[in-house]
Amino acid sequence: MKSRIAIAIRLSLVTLLLVGVVYPLAVTGIAALIFPDQARGSLVTTADGAVVGSALIGQEFTSDQYFHSRPSQGGYDGTASGPSNLGPLSRDLRAAVSERVRAVRELEDLAPAVPVPADLVCASASGLDPHISPEAAALQAPRVAVARNMRVEEVMRLVEAHTEPATFGFLGQKRVNVLLLNIALDDAAQPR
Amino acid sequence: MDTVRAAIPGALRKLDPRVQVRNPVMFVVEVGSVVASAYFIYALLTGSGPAAFLGQISVWLWFTLVFANMAEALAEGRGKAQADTLRKTRTETVANLLKGGSVTQIAASRLRKGDVVVVEAGETIPGDGEVMEGIASVDESAITGESAPVIRESGGDRSAVTGGTRVLSDRIVVCITSNPGETFIDRMIALVEGASRRKTPNEIALSILLSGLTMLFILVVVSLQAFATYSAAQVSVPVLIALLVCLIPTTIGGLLSAIGIAGMNRLVRHNVLAMSGRAVEAAGDVDTLLLDKTGTITFGNRQAAEFRPLAGVTASELADAAQLASLPDETPEGRSIVVLAKHLGFRDRDLGEDVEFVPFSAQTRMSGIDYHGERIRKGAADAVTAWTRELGATVPDDLAAEVEAVAALGGTPLVVVRNTRILGVIYLKDIVKGGISERFEQLRTMGIRTVMITGDNPLTASVIAGEAGVDDYLAEATPEAKLELIRREQSGGRLVAMIGDGTNDAPALAQADVGVAMNTGTAAAKEAGNMVDLDSNPTKLIEIVEIGKQLLMTRGALTTFSIANDVAKYFAIIPALFAGAYPALGVLDVMALHSPQSAVLSAVIFNALIIIALVPLALRGVRYRPLGAAKLLRRNLLVYGAGGLMAPFLGIKIIDLIVTGLGWV
Amino acid sequence: MWSFLVLSVAVLGVVTLLTRPLGAYLTAVFSGERSARSRLIAPLERIVYRLCRITPDHEMDWAGYVSSLIVFNAVSGALLYGLIRLQGYLPLNQSGVAGQDALTAFNTVVSFVTNTNWQAYSGESGASTLSQMTGLTWQNFISAATGIAVMVALTRGMARSKTRHIGNAWVDITRAVLYVLLPISLALSLVFVAQGAIQNLGAGTVITTLESDTQTIPGGPVASQEAIKVLGTNGGGYFGANSAHPFENPTPLTNALQVIAMLAIPAGLTNMFGRFVGDHRQGWTLFAAMLILFCLSLTGMYVAERAGNPVLEQAGAAQHAYSGSASGNMEGKETRLGVGDSVLYATSTTAVSCGAVVAAHDSLTPLAGGLAMLNIMLGEVVFGGVGVGLAGMFLFALLAVFIAGLMVGRTPEYLGKKIGSREIQLTILAVLAVSGTVLIGAGTAALTPSALDALLGSGPHGLSEMLYAFASGAGNNGSAFGGLDAATPFYAAAIGIAMLLGRYLFIIPVLGIAGSFAQKKAAEESAGTFPTHGALFVTLLVGTVLIVGALTFFPALSLGPILEHFLMQAGTVL
Repeated sequence: MKSRIAIAIRLSLVTLLLVGVVYPLAVTGIAALIFPDQARGSLVTTADGAVVGSALIGQEFTSDQYFHSRPSQGGYDGTASGPSNLGPLSRDLRAAVSERVRAVRELEDLAPAVPVPADLVCASASGLDPHISPEAAALQAPRVAVARNMRVEEVMRLVEAHTEPATFGFLGQKRVNVLLLNIALDDAAQPR
Repeated sequence: MDTVRAAIPGALRKLDPRVQVRNPVMFVVEVGSVVASAYFIYALLTGSGPAAFLGQISVWLWFTLVFANMAEALAEGRGKAQADTLRKTRTETVANLLKGGSVTQIAASRLRKGDVVVVEAGETIPGDGEVMEGIASVDESAITGESAPVIRESGGDRSAVTGGTRVLSDRIVVCITSNPGETFIDRMIALVEGASRRKTPNEIALSILLSGLTMLFILVVVSLQAFATYSAAQVSVPVLIALLVCLIPTTIGGLLSAIGIAGMNRLVRHNVLAMSGRAVEAAGDVDTLLLDKTGTITFGNRQAAEFRPLAGVTASELADAAQLASLPDETPEGRSIVVLAKHLGFRDRDLGEDVEFVPFSAQTRMSGIDYHGERIRKGAADAVTAWTRELGATVPDDLAAEVEAVAALGGTPLVVVRNTRILGVIYLKDIVKGGISERFEQLRTMGIRTVMITGDNPLTASVIAGEAGVDDYLAEATPEAKLELIRREQSGGRLVAMIGDGTNDAPALAQADVGVAMNTGTAAAKEAGNMVDLDSNPTKLIEIVEIGKQLLMTRGALTTFSIANDVAKYFAIIPALFAGAYPALGVLDVMALHSPQSAVLSAVIFNALIIIALVPLALRGVRYRPLGAAKLLRRNLLVYGAGGLMAPFLGIKIIDLIVTGLGWV
Repeated sequence: MWSFLVLSVAVLGVVTLLTRPLGAYLTAVFSGERSARSRLIAPLERIVYRLCRITPDHEMDWAGYVSSLIVFNAVSGALLYGLIRLQGYLPLNQSGVAGQDALTAFNTVVSFVTNTNWQAYSGESGASTLSQMTGLTWQNFISAATGIAVMVALTRGMARSKTRHIGNAWVDITRAVLYVLLPISLALSLVFVAQGAIQNLGAGTVITTLESDTQTIPGGPVASQEAIKVLGTNGGGYFGANSAHPFENPTPLTNALQVIAMLAIPAGLTNMFGRFVGDHRQGWTLFAAMLILFCLSLTGMYVAERAGNPVLEQAGAAQHAYSGSASGNMEGKETRLGVGDSVLYATSTTAVSCGAVVAAHDSLTPLAGGLAMLNIMLGEVVFGGVGVGLAGMFLFALLAVFIAGLMVGRTPEYLGKKIGSREIQLTILAVLAVSGTVLIGAGTAALTPSALDALLGSGPHGLSEMLYAFASGAGNNGSAFGGLDAATPFYAAAIGIAMLLGRYLFIIPVLGIAGSFAQKKAAEESAGTFPTHGALFVTLLVGTVLIVGALTFFPALSLGPILEHFLMQAGTVL
C-alpha cells in the first residue's frame, strides 16, 4: 500500500506537469505562432484602428441605427455567460418573451400578420450569441434603413453579404453576424 | 384435484415468516400483506377510508403468497408419494452380523460402515454394501421398479448391493459401505421429498438477481412517494404496497423453488437419481456426450456373419476352429459363431473332459480353449498377432488385408488361431440401432458433440461412427484413454457427460462433469458418479441432458415473463395513482380501466392469478425442443418476452371488466 | 429536416468509420504491441515509468488494480483540492478569483476526479486561470484515463482465463494519457483554435463597443481544455455557458467535431473489446446496440424540439413560421446551431456522459429534456463515458444473457464465461448503486425545503431539475438543468456524494467482475451456445437497457417530464 501511495503521488505530479503545464503551454505557443488572431479572440478593429469587439462575441445594440442582437441573460457581459435556464412552461419565460415580442412589434412596426422570428425574442444559450437569423435581420432592415437614411435594398444587400451559409450546406444554420453587419453599416455611412 | 387439496395445508403452513424469509421476494409480499391488512382493519374499525377496497387488496396480497406456496407444496406433494413407497422398504430388517467367525442378529439400523453381514435367500439386504463372497440373484424392484432379478457377485462389476433389496437365491457375504441414514434409499427419500434440496448455483444466482430487483423496486416505490409528496399527489400506503408487489418479480420468485423440485422429480420419474441439483444443472450445459458403442449406438450383441479363411485354409477348417474356440463362450457373439458354424455342418459337438476354457480378459483381449493339448484362440487382430509372434511363428501376409476388409465393412474382425497357425477372420457384424443417427443430429443442433467409445479397432470404429452419425469416436478405448479424452475435452472448456458401470470407469465418472453410474454397476462407480440410472440404460444420458436444459429454460422463461409483465402494470397503476391530481396523465391509461381503484385491484389480482396459471408450466417445465440456441432463443423470447409484455394488458383489462361487472369496486 | 438528417448521418458515419482503426490502435496500445509505440512517445513512456518507479510488467490482481486506481484518484484529488482552495494566493489569477470554500471545493474536486465535471461554480468567477489550465485540464486527462483503464482491465478479464491478473493500472493510465488522449487533444485543440476558440494566458481584453459601452472579451487557455473536455467525455466548460460559448465552440464545424470527439473513444473501445476477446462481432454488437439507442433518443429529441414550445407560440415567438434558427424552441440555443445541431449535441453529451452543453437543457421542451435525462438514467451506456460507458453496457449484456440466456437451456455464459452468482451480485450492486443514488438523492431533495428553494422551476419542472441533477451526478455526466442552484450547501454536498457513489460503486464491482471472469475458463462456442452477436442479441440488449431503465425511472419521469409534456400540450404555464 505504501509503495502504491508513493507511485500515485509521483504519477500525479508527473502527469500534472505533463498535461497540466506542458500541454496547455505548448498549445498556447503553437496557437500564438500559427493562429495568433483566433488565439487572442478574433478581435475586430474598425477602419480607424479601434478594437470594437470580437467577431465571435455578441454585443448589445439599442440604437435604431443598428441591427439588434438577441436577448441575453447576462446582458452581453463577457464575464457572465449563460442561458436563462427558464423551463419551457415557465410563467416568467412567457412573460419575458411576450414583452420582447411586444417591443419588437412596436419598434419594427410590424403588421399583426407578420410573425416574429423566435431567435429574436428568445435568450441564447451563451448570452453572447454574435448572430441572428437572416429572418430576424430582414425584419429589422426597414427600421435601420429609415434611421440611417438608406434605401432598404441597400441595407438588405449588406445583410445578405454578411449572411453566412450553413457549413458544407448541412452544418449549422444560416446566420448574420450582428457586430460585423453593424460595422459594415457604419463603414457604408462614412463619406468616401 | 386431490393433490391440490392435499397441498393446501402445506401452503398455509409455509406462511410462517421464518419460512418466507428464505425467499426475499415473497417475504416482501408477506410484510406488505400484513401492513395492508392492518390498514384494512384500521379502516374497518374507525370507518375511515375505503375499507372494502383495502380489504380486497389485502385478500389478494395474501392470495399471492398462498398461490406461490401452493406451487411449492404441489411440487413437494408429487415427491411424497414416491418417498412413501421407498420408506416401506426401510421397515426394520434384521441383519446377520458376522463377527469373529460367529453370526449375531442385530437391527439393521445399528449397522455401521465396515460391518460384515450374511444374507441368505429370502432375506432382505440390510444395508448398502459390496458383495465379498458368493453370487446371488437379487430382486431390486423396490428401487428400480424392474421385476426381473439381477445377478450380484463378488469381484467384477456387479458387486454392489442396495439396502432394502431382497436376495432370491443363494447366499452372499456383504461388507456394509454406509452408515444408517446415509444409505442409498435414505438419500433417495430425501431427494424425492425435496427435504435435502439445496439451491443450485444457477438458482442462487437467479435468487440474487430477483432480490436485487426487489431492492430496486422498493427504492422506486419509496422514492415515488417522495416525488408524489412534492407533486402534492400523495399515495396511500396500501396502494403503494400494491404497486410494489406488482413490480417485484413475484411470478418467478413464487415459482422458483417449485421449478427446482419439479425438475428433480422429473429425473426421478425417468428412474435417474441425481446426487445433487448441481449435476442436473450441469447436465443442461453438457457439450460432449461420451457414449458407449455397445448398448447405446449398436445392439449389444454382434452377430457372426462370415468366416473368411486366409490363403491355404479351407472354410471348414476355420469354421471348426472358430466353433471350438467359442463353444464355452456364453456371450452373444460367441453363440452366434457357434450358430454360424452349425450352418456349415459342425453340429452337436461334445468336447468331453480334457478341455480348459480361457475366458476373455481386458489384458489378453482373447478367449478360447485349451483342448487335447491344442490351443485355440480367437481375439482382436493385434492381440492375436502379438501372441503368435511371441510363440515364434510368422503371421501370414494376407491377414492384414482380411482384417481391414472386415473393418472396412464396419464389422469387428476376430482372428482365429490354432496353436501358432492363423486360420482366418470371423466377420462380426454390428447392428446400429434404428433412429439413433437422427437422435445425434438433434443433439448436434443443440450444440452437443457425441463421442463414441469402443474397444474396436479404429477402422471398424470409424465405419460404425459414420453409420451412427456420431461426431467423433475413441477406438481401442482403455480406461486411461477415456480419462484422457475427458480431460482433453474439459481443457477446451467443454462439459462432459458419460455413463459407466465398471470399477475401472470410476476415475472417468469422477472426472466427467456429469457422470451417470448404472445401478448394476459397482459401488465404486456409483460413488464416483453424480447420478445413478436405476434402469441401467445407456441411452438415458440424452434424456438427462434434456431434463437439465428444460429446468434452466423454465427458470429463464418465467423470469423473462415476470419482468416483461411489469411494463403493463405501470400503465395500469401509474395513471391510476396520479390522474386524480393530474388529469393530464390520464392519457397514459391506455387500457381505459374503469377507475383508479379498479385499476390497482385488477393489477394485483392479475399478479396473483398469473402465479396459479403458471404452476402447471413450472411443474411440467417448458417444452424442450431440440433446436439450436439461436432458434430456441428467438422462439422463447417471442413467447415469454413479447408475450409477457402483451399478456397483462389483456389480462388486466379483462379482470377490470369482471371486477367492475361484479360491483367489487 | 433534411440537413439534420444529413448532419446526423455524416457525424455518426464518421464515428462508425473511426471505430475500426481506433479500435485497432487502442488494442495495440493496451496490449503493449511495439507497433503502436511511436518513436516519439515510447521514450516519454519510459521516462514516466522511471520517474514514478513503475515496473511496467508487474501485473496486478483486481483488488490491486482497483486500489491503485482509487489511491491515484484520491491523491490527485487531494492535490486539486489544495490548488483550488489556494488559487487566490497562486499565480495566473488575473481576474482575482478567490479560493473556493470547503464545500464547493469538495464538490469541484469530486466532480473532476470522477470524470463528472458538474460545476457548482461558474467558470468565469469560480476558478483562476491556473486552476483551470493546470488543475482541471489535468484531471480531465487522468479521470478519463482512469475510465479507459477500467474498461481495458475488464476486457482483459474477459479475454484471459485461469489467471488472477488483469493488468497494471499505472501502465494503463500512462498509456491512455500518452498514446491516446494527449496526441488527439493536441491536434483537436489546434483545430479549435483555427476555428476561433481562444488560447492565451491573458486576462482578457476590455474593449469599447460600437455603442460605447465597455465589454470584456475574455481570455484563457480555452482550446487546450476544450479538446480534452470532449475527448475525455469530461464536459466541464471553461466558461459558464460551456460549449454554447463562442470561444469554446465557435462554429458548426467545431460543434460537429466535438460530437465526434465525444463518441469516438467510447465507440473505438467496443472494437477494442471485440479484438481482445477474439471476435470482432462481439464489439460490433455492442456498438450496434449503442447506435440504435442513440438514434432512438436523437430522433425523439429532434421531433420534440422541432415541434416547438406552444408557450412560446402563445407569447408570440413564431415556432413554425420560418425555417432554420428563426423558428422552433430557440430559448437557450445559439443561432449558429439552431435546433438540429443543438439536439445532436444534447443527445451526444447525455448519452456519452460528457456533460458539455451547447443549449440550455433546462429550457428544452419537456420530452426532449426528459430524453436527455433518460439517456443518463439508462446508465450512460449509449457509448457512455470513456471506458465506463462500455463497461455499463457490458453489465447490461450480462443481465440480458443471464435472464434470457437461461431460455436456451444452459447456464448463461457471456463470451464463453459462465455467469455465476458472484458476477450477478456485483452487477446488481453496480446497477443498484447508480439507480439507487438517483432515486434516493432526488427523493430526499424533493422533501427537503432548502433543496426546493434552490430550484428555478416549479411543479413537474422542478422535479425534473432535481431528477436531472442527481442522475447527472450519479451517472457522472455533469450537465445540468441549470436553473437548479448547484452551489447551495445541500446540492454541493449531496451531488458530491452522489458522484462518488456513482463512480466508485460502479468501478469496484466492474473490476471485481473482471477479476472473477479472468479466473474462469472460457467455454468453446457451439450451436447450443447463446449467441451474443447478431440482430437478435442487439434487439435483446436494447430491450434490456430500455426495460430496466424504464422500470426504474418511469414513475419518477411520469411526474416530471411526462406530466410537463401533457401540461404543455394543454397550454398550461407554471
